[in-house]
Amino acid sequence: MKLTLKIWRQKSAGTQGKFIKYEIDNISEDTSFLEMLDQLNVELEEKGEEPVHFDHDCREGICGTCSLYINGHPHGPHQTTTCQLHMRSFKDGDTITIEPWRAKAFPIIKDLVVDRSAFDRIIQSGGYISVNTGGTPDANEIPIPKDVASEAMDAASCIGCGACVAACKNASAMLFVSAKVAHLGKLPQGEVERHARVQRMVAQMDEEGFGACTNTGACAAECPKEISLTNIALMNRHYFNASFSH
Amino acid sequence: MSWLIKTLTSTLGRKLIMSLTGLFLIIFLLVHLAGNLQLLKDDGGMAFNIYAKFMTSNPLIKTTSYILYATFIIHILLSALLTINNLRARGAGYKVNRLSEGVTWSSKNMGILGTIIFIFLVAHLKHFWYEMHWGGIPMVTYEDVTVKDLYLVVATAYGELWYVLFYVVGMIALGFHLYHGFQSAFQTLGLNHLKYTPAIKVVGIGFSLIVPALYALIPLLMYLS
Ligand code: HEM
Ligand code: SF4
Ligand code: FES
Repeated sequence: MKLTLKIWRQKSAGTQGKFIKYEIDNISEDTSFLEMLDQLNVELEEKGEEPVHFDHDCREGICGTCSLYINGHPHGPHQTTTCQLHMRSFKDGDTITIEPWRAKAFPIIKDLVVDRSAFDRIIQSGGYISVNTGGTPDANEIPIPKDVASEAMDAASCIGCGACVAACKNASAMLFVSAKVAHLGKLPQGEVERHARVQRMVAQMDEEGFGACTNTGACAAECPKEISLTNIALMNRHYFNASFSH
Repeated sequence: MSWLIKTLTSTLGRKLIMSLTGLFLIIFLLVHLAGNLQLLKDDGGMAFNIYAKFMTSNPLIKTTSYILYATFIIHILLSALLTINNLRARGAGYKVNRLSEGVTWSSKNMGILGTIIFIFLVAHLKHFWYEMHWGGIPMVTYEDVTVKDLYLVVATAYGELWYVLFYVVGMIALGFHLYHGFQSAFQTLGLNHLKYTPAIKVVGIGFSLIVPALYALIPLLMYLS
């Protein structure tokens, strides 16, 4: 395949960036999107140009490091992570526009790499359970109904990639925060702290400058882990409950 | 009290107020519609005028109307604050941006739709509400009661094609606003469940189609007759 790439290039956080056009040839349909960028970078290095910087780690769809806003969608045209996107999703001769996540709370570091440490600070503010370490408890010591365990597990599958923020017209982090609130709040180990947790995490979310949810649903539509909007409703419920009656 | 301020100024708290004021405005729309439909009665405006007099003199209704003014003001001011903050949170936008699957146009344009409703509202208040309270409206006597002939003012306005069109545009914007707003208000309150959310969505779509259509029908019919 032969492709035209329009990629956002920006030297550093403070500098002005712009789109640069690259032509690339000999891309196999079986290549992953990130391998295609690797191939571009090899060519750029051979020419003595600076390679395109982008985030990636596991390349297995589990770590949440890869990002990229591809042709108007976070993680590209399918509901998956960028590392799991393959070139067979594109056609020969296509033009592909590649942009970084855009949010005031996710400042650009370089090219397509953004600083997502705002998510880390939200987790630090309450995305944990306080238990003393000790011997390993028995697996079935605390019985948990299957449906509760499944719902918590679904919420826990959030990988913190930030596609929800990137997709949302308000750059709201509600889907991410609600996934953590639901995951920990549904299980008995985390339930005891749920009131304080949701208040601290929402306060941190606001502090970081994420927008407010307008319930458009773009986040859930683009989330590679199919986190559901019902988690946001649950977070709101927990938050109002915690604020007005605790 | 600081906990209350903290709660209501958080993004979630602001949304809570948007949702509650929005739901109150939805109830208001039904009450207002019941009154307007009396314009269609073939009695030269008697039922409507007596109703208008009742609505501006009954103490309970007068109290409710002050709550309603406050509700409108809060909903509008907060919507401006939220919309501006949300734009800021995005910062520099995307070059290529596509609508995600299942996302409605309404949900992305609540601010624009609200602004059209706001313009409609200002003109509407000027024409009828201001006139009713402080304008020089001719009086009309039915048997033993003398009331202001608001019907005459309304009928005159609805005789103008541009006003009727303006009204219809306002109602279309309201319809789109509620197409998203109705069900969104419940999601904001934390009410989202497999069991009842489908029903809320159906009622919301029905409401957003039928209520604005009935409102718009009144000036249209009065213009044509
Ligand atoms: C009778 C008139 C109106 C009704 C019945 C109404 C109703 C609603 C409802 C039910 C919502 C959803 C709340 C939620 O998502 O929780 C909403 C949201 C909104 N309304 Fe209105 N509204 C009216 C007039 C206005 C006006 C005049 C404006 C602006 C000038 C406005 C601006 C907004 C905005 C921007 C939102 C979205 C807020 C957000 O989700 O961040 N509305 N409205
Ligand atoms: S909710 Fe989905 S889109 Fe958002 S951070 Fe988690 S996995 Fe990524
Ligand atoms: S690189 Fe780990 S999820 Fe894509």
